Amino acid sequence: MLKELLNQDTAPHATNVLVGKLGDVLIRAVGKPFDMAINWGRIYSLWPVHLETACCSVEFGAASSPRYDVERFGIIEAFGSLRQCDLIVVMGTITRKMAPRLRMVYDQMPDPKYVIAMGACAITGGLYFDSYNVLPGIDGILPVDVYVPGCPPRPETLIQGCMLLQEKIKRTKAK
Amino acid sequence: MTTQLPPGMNIETVDDKIMTLNVGPQHPGSGHMRLIIKVDGDYIVSCDPDPGYVHRGEEKMAEYRNYIQNIPHLERPVIHDSSNILYPYCLGVEELLGIEVPERAKYIRVIAAELNRCIYILYWLAIYGIFLGHSTMFMWPAGDRELFIDLLEAMSGARVTHAYLVPGGVRNDLPSNFEERCLRQVEYFEKRLKEYEAVFYQNPLLKARTEGSGILSRTDAIRLGTTGSVLRASGVDFDVRKKEPYDVYENLDFQTIVMKEGDSYARSRVPYLEMFESCRIIKDALRKMPKSGSVRTKLKPNPKGGNDEVYRRIESGRGAIGYYIVSNNRPEPYRVKISVGSFRNLICMPYLLKGEKLGNMPAVYWGLNYWPVEADR
Amino acid sequence: MNSGIEKDVEAKDTTEEHSDNSENTKSDSMSKGDAKKFYEEKGLDLSPDVPVKPKPIPTFEKSLADKISSKFGDKLRVDYVRADRIRVTTKREDIIDVAKFIRDELKYDHAESVSGVDYPDSSEIEVIYHLGSYTDEKLGRQIFALATRVPREDIPNPGSDATRTPSLRDVFYSVEFHERECFEMFGVYFEGHPDMRRLLLPEDWADIPPFRKDFKIKGR
Repeated sequence: MLKELLNQDTAPHATNVLVGKLGDVLIRAVGKPFDMAINWGRIYSLWPVHLETACCSVEFGAASSPRYDVERFGIIEAFGSLRQCDLIVVMGTITRKMAPRLRMVYDQMPDPKYVIAMGACAITGGLYFDSYNVLPGIDGILPVDVYVPGCPPRPETLIQGCMLLQEKIKRTKAK
Repeated sequence: MTTQLPPGMNIETVDDKIMTLNVGPQHPGSGHMRLIIKVDGDYIVSCDPDPGYVHRGEEKMAEYRNYIQNIPHLERPVIHDSSNILYPYCLGVEELLGIEVPERAKYIRVIAAELNRCIYILYWLAIYGIFLGHSTMFMWPAGDRELFIDLLEAMSGARVTHAYLVPGGVRNDLPSNFEERCLRQVEYFEKRLKEYEAVFYQNPLLKARTEGSGILSRTDAIRLGTTGSVLRASGVDFDVRKKEPYDVYENLDFQTIVMKEGDSYARSRVPYLEMFESCRIIKDALRKMPKSGSVRTKLKPNPKGGNDEVYRRIESGRGAIGYYIVSNNRPEPYRVKISVGSFRNLICMPYLLKGEKLGNMPAVYWGLNYWPVEADR
Repeated sequence: MNSGIEKDVEAKDTTEEHSDNSENTKSDSMSKGDAKKFYEEKGLDLSPDVPVKPKPIPTFEKSLADKISSKFGDKLRVDYVRADRIRVTTKREDIIDVAKFIRDELKYDHAESVSGVDYPDSSEIEVIYHLGSYTDEKLGRQIFALATRVPREDIPNPGSDATRTPSLRDVFYSVEFHERECFEMFGVYFEGHPDMRRLLLPEDWADIPPFRKDFKIKGR
């Protein structure tokens, strides 16, 4: 396999693939003892994508205001490019027009990535259960890690949801 | 290209100079909407707004719920200005059902609406500040906003979605010692607002970015049918609170803020100056309010509107909100149309951005006082 | 301020007032028959929900309505004249002339909203323009509702069926986005509109226009 990859004629993008494979090998070799260290690094860099989908973004904004100041936990730093994010907070209702875009944004994010469904609309459709243009919850299109209920959730609830996600990351194997 | 395209689609011919940019829906400078912008170098050639990412069909849902059940979902388009978006609905339903509102409730409604206007404008100012790269202007309004949220939370029980105004009055009476508390916070806030002037509005960087950009003349503002702060920043003296006073606004002492310039700076300054007027209204209303009395006229269970229609409007933080309600002898409305300020100001966007520098896009876009969730309904 | 006990008293007061009113109406209608008596003993309220109070017709609004009806005669019907609100209905062939008259003579200068109302029983869709004025001092509190009716087809094909009306964009520039919304929500095509595209709905919307009455939302 290695020989195939090193042959530039058969595999034009071989170098990238090779680096990726080497990374896999490295993780498998050092994985177990370094799991804790890798996860520890990850839980303090949960930066979300800037994708506002509905009205819960008001409370999301309030979470970084001086009173709640969520950045003191090292999470939900308000800005960042899509390529540098590892968290997507789905803030509220997902309409049928937004759903393909949401999936597209999720697909472009690098691994590992986590999803928080914020608000009743993102969980089940909420108040808009009978609207013709609203998805009944986002778990049909994204794998959700933490559900944060409320309509809209208070900033404290969002912070608690993020801490639950941190707990979850601590207990999983580093990929 | 030999591939057959579906009817109605064509491949864009690409000029070397013109480039198409998609701003949004995932973009730090846009909200829940997309702007399809064509740029020539650094200058915007054309702009085509594409809203509808939060279109939830409120108007259709309203046809399946009765007049009281409609309250919670009709406030969701602008949860940080929920008293104001419910206000015309309550006025309209009261007119349809022929309900008289107690005097004390009218004052409480005005106080709730003005507190909510401050909450909205402070949130908008925070976002405006951070998108122009001014972090202090995010932190200060976002922090001061919590004071007003505390007041409304004491009144209604919820942080942002109050559902406090109902047809027939308000849901419950004011909590004990609310007047003192409200007065204290409003007086603190008035002092605090003056500091914003020094740190933000006299800032040379803000002035350099906003003064003279996105100019909307008085004639165009009228022709495009804009409303709210955009209209008043272009020199048109129109405020629904003054022109068509609802509830007790005619007894209260305030003035309309009008600026002549019509550029982004004026549009960002008008809402800020309106907060001073809101504080004046709140203080005046607290003084003139009857100290006791009923706050809600009880409706009959499942009230039916007659075979009638009504159009009522109020002034919100983003402009006039009008509700057109048609009823046909049923407990549910036959049709509800919400005409909101954000949707009406959307038409300025292609108009103002043409010929503007791309770097000025956030200044113009957020200066329009545009909240996409409300515009899409 | 108010303790809970006081609030309870107030609530009782209001309910008493209500029962007083209903008793009055009851005593009026007592003689009408035993059936009503039976219902009233059961506690059911038969008085109308909306009290009918005839209001005087305001003079300023009346003068505006007279102006427009004297100009157009039977081409146009004045539906109502109330305080600050006038509503007229016209045929779609005449709507541009009427709108031009409203703009030039009555000095209304912008549209606040364009709404459609679906009437499947009479097989029509009503399009209503709510017009207001910024420039005229006296018209500040007035809203002029200009309505027209367009035929409605049971199987809609937006853009290519008979559900169409002339666009008012050349008269009132501000209707541009409102008319686009009305087009996608009701399937009313506005002739002469330069940019009649979809606005709010998803690009792949293939159902009938959602605000029509025969479009049922799920579970209802």
